Amino acid sequence: MLAKIYITLKKDVLDPQGSVIANSLKSLGFNNVEDVRQGKFIEIKLNNKDKDDAQKQLGEMCEKLLANLVIEDYKIEIE
Amino acid sequence: MKSHVIVFPGSNCDRDVAVAIKSISGQKPEMLWHKETSIDHSDLIVVPGGFSYGDYLRCGAMASTSPIMQDVVKKAKEGVPVLGICNGFQILIESGLLDGALMRNSSLSFICQDVLIKSKNKSSVFTRKSKLAKMPIAHNEGNFFATSEQLKKIEDNDQIAFQYCDETGNVEQSSNPNGSLANIAGILNENKNVLGMMPHPERAAEKIHGCDDGKIIFESIFN
Repeated sequence: MLAKIYITLKKDVLDPQGSVIANSLKSLGFNNVEDVRQGKFIEIKLNNKDKDDAQKQLGEMCEKLLANLVIEDYKIEIE
Repeated sequence: MKSHVIVFPGSNCDRDVAVAIKSISGQKPEMLWHKETSIDHSDLIVVPGGFSYGDYLRCGAMASTSPIMQDVVKKAKEGVPVLGICNGFQILIESGLLDGALMRNSSLSFICQDVLIKSKNKSSVFTRKSKLAKMPIAHNEGNFFATSEQLKKIEDNDQIAFQYCDETGNVEQSSNPNGSLANIAGILNENKNVLGMMPHPERAAEKIHGCDDGKIIFESIFN
């Protein structure tokens, strides 16, 4: 199965890269842009059969390595 | 005094630290490749600066899973002094030995310049001799962040080792090069035997460097 992991900065953590991207989009004429938050996207291929097991293990992977929980949140999607 | 310097793929300040330690303590440190699994008796373990594992995922994240780090964490918990400089600071945070996080500089630029720092804690093995000191920083991710609970704990427990300041020692936002919370340039763990700092004392350890203020940290440890 394939897992998709989204890692984003927590809401109360400033994202200067996101702000710069927002300004660049505006300078291209996309004046409807209100805010941009940048993050990471990781795909992990697993040989698990059980989706619940995979979900649990992916949570551990995020907490131990993939995300820094002081500044980041994570979201897991399994296909 | 027996000291060890950990070397990761991508470390680039390991030899500079070794030279500084040799000239100040008189004893050459042992260089330990990150694949090693144990450290003999040590009076100081240094996790040096550089770009371990090419800064993949997050600075220091990959190195924190290297085999040697298990023993570094164990020794740190037993009270052995551990010093992390720049990428070494990032690795110690990722290893869970120090609180907080080091984020991208608020300017989004790599910063390479001299800074002035003063020590807030004056009792640790690293800071007991400290005074206002000039040393260089060279980093892209040195913007110290902590949750409000972590910051309170760090402040209440006298864990702020160094703060960026001006020539008179004032800690002002104008002296903050990278956006760090409370101008923090270095922090200690709860027991004060682990120090992580962004400035490079080993790059200001001899007159030929233009400044030798960094010596004081090593002298503090060895004397």
